[in-house]
Amino acid sequence: MSDFEKLINRFKDKINNAHNSLELDKIRSEIFGKSGLINTEFKKLGSLSPDDKKKIASEINNAKQELTKLFNQKSTGLQDTEIDEQLKKEKDDVTLPEKDFSIGKIHPVSQVIDEISSIFSEIGFSVEEGPDVESEYYNFTALNTPENHPAKDMHDTFYIEENMKTLLRTHTSPVQVRTMLKGKPPFKIIAPGRTYRSDSDQTHTPMFHQLEGLHIDKNITMGHLKGCLNYFIKEFFEINKIKMRFRPSHFPFTEPSAEVDIGYRIENNKIIIGEGDKWLEILGCGMVHPNVLKNSKVDPNKYQGFAFGIGIDRLAMLKYGINDLRSFFECDYRWLNYYGFDPLDVPTNYRGLSK
Amino acid sequence: MKFIKNWLSDHLKTNKNESQIIEKLNSTGLEVEKVEPVKNELSDFVIAKIVKAEKHPNADRLKLCNVDIGKNELVKVVCGAPNAKDNLVTIYAPPGSIIPKNNMKLEVSKIRGETSYGMLCSESELNLSKESEGIIELKKSNQTKIGKSYFKSSSENVIELSITPNRPDCLGIRGIARDLAASGFGKLIDNSNFKKIKKKGKQTLKVKIEKSKSQACTIFGSCLIKNIKNQESPEWLKKRIIAIGLRPISAVVDITNYVMFDLNRPLHAYDLDKINKGIIVRNSKKGEKFKALDNKEYNLDDQMCVISDNEGVLGLGGVIGGTRSGTELSTKNILLESAYFDPEITRKTAKKLELNSDAKFRFERGIDPNSIVEGLEKASAMIVKICGGEVSKLDIQSTKKFEVKKILFDPNIVSKIIGIQIQTNEIIKILQDLGFKIKKKGKILNVEVPSWRPDIYGQIDLVEEVIRIKGFNKIKSIEPEKKRLKPTLDFFQRHFHLAQRSVASKGYFETITWSFTDEKSNNRFRENLQEIKIINPISSDLSVLRSSLYPNLIYFLKKNIDRGFENQSLFEIGPSFIGKKPGEQITLVCGVRKDNLLDVYGIKKDLVQTLVELGIDKNETKINIATPSYYHPGRSGSIVTKNSQKLLAYFGEIHPKIIENTYGFEIFLDNLVNYKRQNKKIKPSIIFSDYQKSERDFAFVVKKDYLAQDLIDIIKNVDNHLIKDVKIFDVYQGENIPSDKKSIALKVTIQSDHKTLNEKDLNDISQKIILNVENKASAKLRS
Repeated sequence: MSDFEKLINRFKDKINNAHNSLELDKIRSEIFGKSGLINTEFKKLGSLSPDDKKKIASEINNAKQELTKLFNQKSTGLQDTEIDEQLKKEKDDVTLPEKDFSIGKIHPVSQVIDEISSIFSEIGFSVEEGPDVESEYYNFTALNTPENHPAKDMHDTFYIEENMKTLLRTHTSPVQVRTMLKGKPPFKIIAPGRTYRSDSDQTHTPMFHQLEGLHIDKNITMGHLKGCLNYFIKEFFEINKIKMRFRPSHFPFTEPSAEVDIGYRIENNKIIIGEGDKWLEILGCGMVHPNVLKNSKVDPNKYQGFAFGIGIDRLAMLKYGINDLRSFFECDYRWLNYYGFDPLDVPTNYRGLSK
Repeated sequence: MKFIKNWLSDHLKTNKNESQIIEKLNSTGLEVEKVEPVKNELSDFVIAKIVKAEKHPNADRLKLCNVDIGKNELVKVVCGAPNAKDNLVTIYAPPGSIIPKNNMKLEVSKIRGETSYGMLCSESELNLSKESEGIIELKKSNQTKIGKSYFKSSSENVIELSITPNRPDCLGIRGIARDLAASGFGKLIDNSNFKKIKKKGKQTLKVKIEKSKSQACTIFGSCLIKNIKNQESPEWLKKRIIAIGLRPISAVVDITNYVMFDLNRPLHAYDLDKINKGIIVRNSKKGEKFKALDNKEYNLDDQMCVISDNEGVLGLGGVIGGTRSGTELSTKNILLESAYFDPEITRKTAKKLELNSDAKFRFERGIDPNSIVEGLEKASAMIVKICGGEVSKLDIQSTKKFEVKKILFDPNIVSKIIGIQIQTNEIIKILQDLGFKIKKKGKILNVEVPSWRPDIYGQIDLVEEVIRIKGFNKIKSIEPEKKRLKPTLDFFQRHFHLAQRSVASKGYFETITWSFTDEKSNNRFRENLQEIKIINPISSDLSVLRSSLYPNLIYFLKKNIDRGFENQSLFEIGPSFIGKKPGEQITLVCGVRKDNLLDVYGIKKDLVQTLVELGIDKNETKINIATPSYYHPGRSGSIVTKNSQKLLAYFGEIHPKIIENTYGFEIFLDNLVNYKRQNKKIKPSIIFSDYQKSERDFAFVVKKDYLAQDLIDIIKNVDNHLIKDVKIFDVYQGENIPSDKKSIALKVTIQSDHKTLNEKDLNDISQKIILNVENKASAKLRS
């Protein structure tokens, strides 16, 4: 064995015996550094004959390759071990709480409006809106409710002008007239929105939400009205069977008029919709009065159809077990957090209404 | 409208029981609101418990008791009984009840300076025994019945109907019976052969209806009944009067009330001896005064229908009688009135005077003009039977003839509206049972509307009559068609929906607050907008329509702070009012955020991210520093579109004088959607450059109030193609910088779409940037 080989072997041992990256790093400069083994050996070449030069140089190169390979192997091995050891020391208590995050909430009324819109979308209704401040004409007169009629007593109206010609709409029904006036039949719309009555007690708030429905075409009958509401109630409460009764009633803007009750029972202080022998009034409806059609520039001899009005807040209370109507508008942080909906929880036809 | 089955039997022969009748009433449109045991004079006396008996502060022998009567709140009763003590279960009589022992009506009274609401009773006071020493002591087990009537309630029920305003005929029991009979629930008892009482002599009191255009009274029927002995009503009559919720007064008054509820025929009895000469039905003059039977004095306007004599007003026609001519137990001779008053005028008068009465309730809905005589006949017969006396002939003054309404009715319309076939014969039968007279004329029916149905005008009303009696349950349900005419949501509605969810997804809780608010709070946010007052607000702190969503949101934010929630984010999306006319409203999205770590850039992030999510390209917007006065003047901004300066939003710290440490934003959704509508664009195809991109950092020293946005604009405009991005990474003020200056450090990304830029290209563009900024922003490159 030549001296050179011995020298190389000594360095091989050195590499093999290195304990950690630091030691290995030192060895690296001893071998590959500017004045390290390899460079030193190459420098020696200058004094040799060309033949020797070639031979020795090739030896050095071989040795360099061998050492590099060995070095890399060792280095990888050492790093692995060191990471393993490092990781053994890194222990976090992952049961500590996560960083704060905040999820906003959608108000139950908004959620229910989206649910209702989604249901009616499926059977071809589109959404219309109307102004909160209404004229006496659209709110009453056009809806076949003459001035000084006792039917007005049911609407405790907020007035905006002394002459009582401008008011806050007491129902969403004016949207019927506005929609018909700006378009041509057929009409198939729903109109959710804020409504106002000067009434405030346990079960009434001066502002609440209604949903108007209107379907006008050539042959729309009370049978369609029944079918439509039946479909809606089933979809809304996400049940297969529903007990429903139509009671004759009176609204100046529909004839015949009906109030609709749904059957329910109470079980463990919870209301079960769709069964039981108790009745709950949930909406008013009827066939649009010919006078309303006339006032809306629709020929009652050619077109007919139904309209309905639903209390949205009431539906939300029933579906989500909320007891106090007033709490909807009190903005209590705890209430909003508890009854509010995840903004990602968008009711849709294809995904379903509720999570 | 209340009735009892026993009374109904006077008009309806039926074998149906009460619960069947209730169900039928509901299904024909006479909604049953309540069914409860008939009240009697003793129903008011309820079981109660003394929760605490304290010594009366001003009297040694009296006690001040806090009594649980089954209501939400305890009542205070002063009691002299020695046995009144804590937890004693006894019997309580409320104010208004009549004590059986002495027939005294109990009233709220002050006893030695303490108000006593009602009384605790002894056995003798209730005629239970002679025991008058101390109040009744009931067994402790009665505690479960607190608030319930002590005396057994009647086995008979009173049925309360909620009669819709179109059905005045059912404000009389006969009308209810007629509907039931028509729907197959028995036979309406014929009352046409009612035995009329014999009349003696003429009605000698002159009655005159003054003609005028606005005269509400068009028929005034009357008769005199002389030499009566007015008295307490007999038991059977009192029972019925109490059952329907009235208080028996005297036979004469009770009988007029009885006939009103029986036939829906309001009547009025005057003490004939108190009428000065004759009756004049006329319109009132402004300023006329009149004391009504409710013991209130009314100041009349002009054009109100009054019944008067030579001395003045006796009664308000169709509304209420007056005290001057009221009957008493001592009344000997009476004038009985049965009249017709116009619904609209009567309603107007009553509304103006804020007066309500059973008569007014009926007249404003429309009374059968042909019931005048029937009412007089029935009432006078009853009065004579109970009080004796002689009845004069009837006197009927009338100024207008009532036309019988006639409708040409095509029975095919029924199935066209309802969707099921009903035979013409059945249609005819239903209508006839309801009192319509029908002549068949080919396929068309000639229908005469009965005089008691003022609500029937046209064919559609007849359709309702038919299906209401036939039963709504007969209508077959038709499955809805899944055919869409239009997209469910329009462009604006889609943005509304998206904005709502977008803001909520940033941690905000959605609220819904009133559209009205407190005037003072609103003024703080109203700026130049018109104030819109509500004429009749529900309360003084909700008296104006909101000009901003902030007043309510901040009000509730503060409330939540009081509840212990220091950090919170609330928002609302809804209307804000800019004018009084319908449609003068805009939709705002308004958020408020209170958070210890928040600054103006935090709220700006929430806002800008929302705008971007709503499809607004940030590069098409610009920040202005002008904001409304409710924002912190130095920490707020507005976002406008670059091309049209359209206002999209405000953001910033709320003015600390309004609320401290709170940030907010407002998005003008209508503006945003309109902008998008006008600037609709298809995404251009995009080329991603694969050439080397370089970054150069600069720091410029500018004036302290110089806007970063302007600096970025200058740099971008140096070369729109090469300069891909400009990002500020530091703003510095302090050491080495003059106190009126600041240093803005930014990173500029430079990249060509066509080649790799060499060192020279980069240096050139850097020099250009420096030159431009130094010139345009009077800045200096910081070395």
